[in-house]
Amino acid sequence: MGFSLKKLASGLLKTKENLVSKIKAAVGLHKKIDGALLDEIEEILISSDISVETSTAIIANLKEKVAQRGIDNSDEVFQLLRECLKDLFVDISTEPFFACNKKPYVIMIVGVNGTGKTTSIAKIARRFVNDGKKVTIAAADTFRAAAIDQLAIWADRVGCHLVKGQEGGDAAAVAYDSVQSAIARGDDVVIIDTAGRLHTKTNLMEELSKVKRVIKKAMPDAPHRTLLVLDGTTGQNALQQVEVFKKMLDIDGIIITKLDGTAKGGAVFSIVERYKLPVVLIGIGEQMDDLDEFKAHDFVEALFT
Amino acid sequence: MFDTLSEKLEGVFKTLRGHGKLTEQNIKDSLKEVRRALLEADVNFKVVKQFVANVEAKASGQETLRSISPGEQVVKVVHDELIAVLGGQNAPIAFRSTPGKLLVCGLQGSGKTTLCAKIALHYKKKNARPLMVAADIYRPAAVKQLQVLGKQIDVPVFHVDKKPPQICEDAVEYARANNLHPVIFDTAGRLHIDTELMDELRNIKSKINPDEILLVADAMTGQDAVNVATQFNETLDLTGVVLTKLDGDARGGAALSIRQVTGKPLKLVSVGEKLSDLEVFYPERMASRILGMGDIVSLVEKAQETIDVKEAEKLEKKLRKDTLTLEDFYQQLQQLKKMGSLESILKMIPGVSSAIRDVQIDESSMKRVEAIILSMTPDERAKPTILNGSRRARIAAGSGTSVQEVNRLLRQFEQMQKMIKQMRGGKFNKKMMPGLFPG
Ligand SMILES: Nc1nc2c(ncn2[C@@H]2O[C@H](COP(=O)(O)OP(=O)(O)OP(=O)(O)O)[C@@H](O)[C@H]2O)c(=O)[nH]1
Ligand SMILES: [Mg+2]
Repeated sequence: MGFSLKKLASGLLKTKENLVSKIKAAVGLHKKIDGALLDEIEEILISSDISVETSTAIIANLKEKVAQRGIDNSDEVFQLLRECLKDLFVDISTEPFFACNKKPYVIMIVGVNGTGKTTSIAKIARRFVNDGKKVTIAAADTFRAAAIDQLAIWADRVGCHLVKGQEGGDAAAVAYDSVQSAIARGDDVVIIDTAGRLHTKTNLMEELSKVKRVIKKAMPDAPHRTLLVLDGTTGQNALQQVEVFKKMLDIDGIIITKLDGTAKGGAVFSIVERYKLPVVLIGIGEQMDDLDEFKAHDFVEALFT
Repeated sequence: MFDTLSEKLEGVFKTLRGHGKLTEQNIKDSLKEVRRALLEADVNFKVVKQFVANVEAKASGQETLRSISPGEQVVKVVHDELIAVLGGQNAPIAFRSTPGKLLVCGLQGSGKTTLCAKIALHYKKKNARPLMVAADIYRPAAVKQLQVLGKQIDVPVFHVDKKPPQICEDAVEYARANNLHPVIFDTAGRLHIDTELMDELRNIKSKINPDEILLVADAMTGQDAVNVATQFNETLDLTGVVLTKLDGDARGGAALSIRQVTGKPLKLVSVGEKLSDLEVFYPERMASRILGMGDIVSLVEKAQETIDVKEAEKLEKKLRKDTLTLEDFYQQLQQLKKMGSLESILKMIPGVSSAIRDVQIDESSMKRVEAIILSMTPDERAKPTILNGSRRARIAAGSGTSVQEVNRLLRQFEQMQKMIKQMRGGKFNKKMMPGLFPG
């Protein structure tokens, strides 16, 4: 995971302290794996920002394992839980994110307000540029004050091409232009920024699916990735966000940001359990190198070691 | 998506009706559900523990009331306790000096900059001459963002090319020289564990001595809210908290967590991207929201925005008087459809969020509901109790649905009526509500 592992680890340490130490305390009070212990573990999972439904599903799996193997000593519950968490990732695509196989490879970035979309775009662009790719980024957030300027500054720092329109202008037109322009310039990657919007605003969500449709007019199989950016500090609402964005935009992957804080990123488990969507990238800081590819194994292990 | 707490508690108490007292055991059972509901709403687990202990103490030994079920009674204890904790002292924004100084701080992306402009606009409308100060020198184009907003609302924005504490100090001078008041300071988003940037805030505070230091927190924040709030409060000794993005569908349990660990009052809520979308904090609304009990006031207000006032008043009256018929329900559906996401609207109606949980709220299922209602006679719509088996079969055939679907709709409608009845006489008297910033 590179140099930033430390940052992630220090953030996750808090998670570990909470999850592991809480479960330890619970296990200490129950010799046997019984309903009361499982209830407690379920609450511990919920209090790590894992959704209620997913926590229930994890516990169901745990119960099954307990029954199958005829285990009743509570000490073994750790090992079982670790397995259960890993089980969640079994069917999830692990296709490497930065291997782009289309030209241009078009990525559309969406999410609610302030989750870290624009910053994540800078980080992704940076990675591609470092890999020797030619990158265009599109300022299709024409709504928020100075959003275009923000992306322009990043384009400058990253060293990539920027396509922009007018503040208050047509977002879909900017997205369309960016793909056209990338094709004309022979660029490898296009990353499209969009305005943050709450998933509950139907008209704004519809506007976003229009942007997606219009991108297809410039390149029929684009966008090749539609990624939802989730704020790592978000609690149970993360799932509602995934639900609606998936329904409206058919997102195919998640970026979780701000994991350099003390937030637990518990949403990761809910997303894979409920929606089978891969978490592809994680944000671990405000600078353009503060990005990691998500590795399920490492993520779970970090919780238990 | 969530069951309402009341409904779960109904389950717990189903077999217990008629008992004279809330016993230790049935309170215990119901408190488990309460704990769950609070966790589901993102209240921090430690806060939940403490809160539930308080509720237990209050509920023990209470006589059961004849008029409401024990489940409802526990909900009421929980609800009241929530209001008590969330409300506490009523503390409007207050300035001790001229120019008044209001400092805004919080995590990245929580909505600080927009909030600054909203507060400035509020004072501008009251004929004050506010000044906004751009002290986020880190995020690309953050200064520009505030300047653009300033232009939109015609409020000056102060910025010089210096370090944030110096910018803020200069701004106070500038405000004094130009007779501007209040001064609203926008700061960069920062992590509570970023010692360097937290020191910067401390520095700003000592330079300008603000009257108000508001922590801005996203209503969607999860368990981490307590760590964040604790750190900011320890560093700055906050004067209050603002919750943002309440126009979404998060339950907002962070409000309770933050209130509990800081002891600082929730002062304002931000409810939209428009610069006029700012309100004072109402503990009652927040309590209902956290418990998933719907929010009649928000519903009525949203209705007023989109539908004409007369329609909204009619709706409000219906809900107050508990005379909701299927005909009204149908009419309301038509109106509601105009108001945006049906799901989010319905969630605001007490009980509906649970009543509709099995129904996919997509257009096609809505159409089926409509078809069922349209296949009823006016009499049947007014008095669903007359719907016997043969009538139901006729309606199912007429609407191209099944008897089960008809039954389900009726069941849900009945639940909804019950919940509305429960909320009746509740806290939606608008006349009692104070202005945005009293005093
Ligand atoms: N600590 C930390 N901060 C981040 C991370 N990613 C983004 N941020 C910060 O979060 C804030 C919001 O980021 P933006 O990239 O502007 O978010 P956005 O989703 O584009 O916001 P809108 O366009 O306003 O909806 C900025 O202050 C970023 O520096 C991260 O991984 N860690
Ligand atoms: Mg942005």
